[in-house]
Amino acid sequence: MTVHNLYIFDRNGSCLYYSEWNRRKQAGISKDEEFKLMFGMLFSIRSFVSKMSPLDMKDGFLSFQTSKYRLHYYETPSGLKFVMNTDLSVPNARETLQHIYSNLYVEYIVKNPLCVPAHSLDSELFSSRLDAFIRALPYFSPRAA
Amino acid sequence: MVIFSVYVVNKAGGLIYQYDNYVPRAEAEKTFSYPLDLVLKHHDEKVIVSFGQRDGIRGIKFIVLADPRQSGIDALLRKIYEIYSDFALKNPFYSLEMPIRCELFDQNLKGALEIAEKAGNFGAGS
Repeated sequence: MTVHNLYIFDRNGSCLYYSEWNRRKQAGISKDEEFKLMFGMLFSIRSFVSKMSPLDMKDGFLSFQTSKYRLHYYETPSGLKFVMNTDLSVPNARETLQHIYSNLYVEYIVKNPLCVPAHSLDSELFSSRLDAFIRALPYFSPRAA
Repeated sequence: MVIFSVYVVNKAGGLIYQYDNYVPRAEAEKTFSYPLDLVLKHHDEKVIVSFGQRDGIRGIKFIVLADPRQSGIDALLRKIYEIYSDFALKNPFYSLEMPIRCELFDQNLKGALEIAEKAGNFGAGS
C-alpha cells in the first residue's frame, strides 16, 4: 500500500512540482523529458478517451492501471493537473487529489503573494505539508508493497 | 448495453476488427417555442476503457469499452484472445494482420459478450 510519486502540471504543460516517496525504478531519461512525456501522454489519453466515449462524459479521464501501478489523474477547472502514481491497492485517489488541491495548493500557493505559480513551486511550507499529508494517508506505508 | 464495443488493433496500428454493442439514442426532431419545456438531466455514467495486450511478441491489441460497473473484463479479454486464436488464427483463409472476416469469430464473440454481461453486471443502468 503505497504512493510512488506525485506531479503537478500547469495548463501549459510545465511541471510545477514533483516529488517521490517510493520509486523503485527510474525512467532512464532526464527529469525534463520525463515531465514532457507524462504531460504529452495525459494530453493524448484525455483526447482519446473523449473521442472513444460512447456516451456523454462527466469527468473524463480518471485513472489507468498496469500490472504494477495505478496512475490517478485530477484536473481543476483552471487547467491545473494533479497526477499521482500508487500501487494497485488504491482504487480511487480522486478525493485525495482534490484535497491536495483545495487544502494545500490553494492555501499555501495561491494565497501566497510571493508565489508565482508560473514556475516551479518554491514554498517550503507547501512541500512539508504535502509530504506530511501523503505520509499520513491510510494507504501509505514506507515499505513499498 | 453494458459492454459498448470491442476493437482489435494489429501490430502496425491498423484496426482489424470492430464490434459495436450499443444502441445510439434515437434522434428526435421537435420544434420548440420559447420558453423551453426541457429539463436537463445529469448524466452519471462514466466509461472505462480496458486494454489488453496479449502475446506481446505479436503485438496484437484488444480493446474493450465497458461500463465501469461491469466486472470480469480481464477474463473477457482473455476469452476474446482465446476466440481470436481459435477462429481467426486457425482459419486457413485468414492471414495475419488482416481485417478479421470470420463468421465463427463474430458468433463466438457475441456469445462471450452476452455471457460476460449477464455474469458480471452489478447494478448497471441501461
